[in-house]
Amino acid sequence: MIKEMVCIVCPMSCRMQVEMDKKKVVSVSHNGCVRGVKYANEEMSNPTRMVTSTVVLKNAALTRLPVMTASPVPKRKVADVMKQINKVKVKAPVKMYDVIIENVARTGVNVVASRSMDAIK
Amino acid sequence: MRKVDCVIVGGGSAGMSCAVAIARFGIKDILMIEREKELGGILNQCIHHGFGLHIYKKECTGPEFAQLLIESVKKYHIDIKLDTTVINITEGKKVTYVNEDEGVVEVQAKAIVMACGCMERSRGMISIPGDRCGNVLTAGTAQRYLNIDGYMCGKRVFILGSGDIGLIMARRMTLEGAKVLGVAEIMPYSNGLSRNIVQCLEDFNIPLYLNTTVTRIIGHPRLERIELSSVDENLRPIKDSEWSVAVDCLLLSIGLLPDTSLLNKLNVERDPQTRSVAVNEAFEMSLSGFFACGNVLQVHDLVDDVYLEAEVCGREVARYLHDGFVDEEMVHVCAGENVAHVVPQRLRKENMQDDCRFSFRVKKPMRDCILRIRSGENILREVKKRVMLPAEMEKLDLEKSMLMGAKDLVFEVKEDV
Ligand SMILES: Cc1cc2nc3c(=O)[nH]c(=O)nc-3n(C[C@H](O)[C@H](O)[C@H](O)COP(=O)(O)OP(=O)(O)OC[C@H]3O[C@@H](n4cnc5c(N)ncnc54)[C@H](O)[C@@H]3O)c2cc1C
Ligand code: SF4
Repeated sequence: MIKEMVCIVCPMSCRMQVEMDKKKVVSVSHNGCVRGVKYANEEMSNPTRMVTSTVVLKNAALTRLPVMTASPVPKRKVADVMKQINKVKVKAPVKMYDVIIENVARTGVNVVASRSMDAIK
Repeated sequence: MRKVDCVIVGGGSAGMSCAVAIARFGIKDILMIEREKELGGILNQCIHHGFGLHIYKKECTGPEFAQLLIESVKKYHIDIKLDTTVINITEGKKVTYVNEDEGVVEVQAKAIVMACGCMERSRGMISIPGDRCGNVLTAGTAQRYLNIDGYMCGKRVFILGSGDIGLIMARRMTLEGAKVLGVAEIMPYSNGLSRNIVQCLEDFNIPLYLNTTVTRIIGHPRLERIELSSVDENLRPIKDSEWSVAVDCLLLSIGLLPDTSLLNKLNVERDPQTRSVAVNEAFEMSLSGFFACGNVLQVHDLVDDVYLEAEVCGREVARYLHDGFVDEEMVHVCAGENVAHVVPQRLRKENMQDDCRFSFRVKKPMRDCILRIRSGENILREVKKRVMLPAEMEKLDLEKSMLMGAKDLVFEVKEDV
């Protein structure tokens, strides 16, 4: 089976033709350079995404704390990660990179604060 | 009246980066004025990641980038006034600000840096016909409600305009449980980065309708339905191509405009192409001692570019305050064929440091083209480009030695070479 996919590694945005055999990439064509091949392989075998969102924040001047996964998580886990993030409430003070959720959705990745927030005096 | 060396209007990424540079070059008396309760500007609501790859060598979220920058600002003695709005600026460099503690205050500055960002184009600016109902808002407003205040603006959402803010919001609202029914773009190509098309739309099967626009807004008192039409080559709606969709929220992501309203009363040279002021290589306007950097000068896609531009601006502000600039004739820099605008618009050769960075955008997507910088008939530089997109600001550094003999400069891009 041949799939068309756009490479997003650089602004060339090559429309690549990716030949697949079941879940394996057999060949890549119409790619401008080798980075396209690497991207196609990753995207077809184990696509990953960063997840960023906010959690409820108490005891601070603002009511939401922005959070992020510390590294990309498998794409198919994104919905589960969001579900767990939406259950969390945090109390200020918080420091940037504090762990908010450990091993979110059993991905082995932590959700961390993406900024600090002081407590209200 | 209080006297200061430099007033910086706005504490976003441009204001902060500029302040740090001015301080590093030995100016001590800096006053930075920010309308919001904290520094960071637009970065605070951009909770997605993708900021600062060049500056911090990693991809940060907006708030993370802001915080890293705030930490470097705090290393210097910069007087920062938060929750304070600048309401007037005179040609004599008197700046009036207002806040709750002090009321209305006037300060006398020796230099002024405008770093007050841009605003989003709204419904009125493109006049979409139909009812005046609730829940038609700009994508940035919805982003602020959701990411700072925690409110979702709708459950069935449509987005007009394929700029990056709209694409980012399509993903964000989907992840929070809304149904995003589509994105309409009047042009035959998207205005967003292809990474955002893939990761914000395709990942969630959100359709992108090119050559399409919203031609009617229906609902009372709140939005109920929108009507869309295909457009012809002149961007005019095609009769009988209408279709409609039930939505409770329409987000507009139809472009950003530099916010130069504070300068309206001043006699400064403007550039109709950037819709902002014209500046020279020091980011100084036609009024001596007035500077501008960041989105108020030209709309940037990447915070790294804002940071670097503001840094050079800050260095030049410090030079201005230490020694002043040499008075000399200006070289005009013009946008030629296929180029939408170039910044800076003026160049003083003697004042120029080792090189000068030019930022510009092309008018339409182009492949296999040649970028050419001319001085009269004389070609100073030619660069082959495999692809150039209006969605991506281009940068080019030219060395002083190359520019010494130059008269007026023209930036142009030719296709098919
Ligand atoms: C939605 C969105 C998404 C983006 N995504 C990315 C991305 O993924 N990656 C990336 O690298 N870049 C991104 N950018 C681009 C980049 O981050 C911004 O262009 C940049 O941060 C703008 O900085 P600025 O300081 O010029 O403007 P702003 O951040 O807007 O700062 C201007 C400041 O001036 C203040 N101000 C205005 N008027 C007054 C006044 N009268 N008195 C006092 N203060 C005033 C405002 O409150 C504000 O804080 C994005 C931009 C936007 C808008
Ligand atoms: S294949 Fe290479 S040239 Fe083409 S978009 Fe990917 S990185 Fe860029």
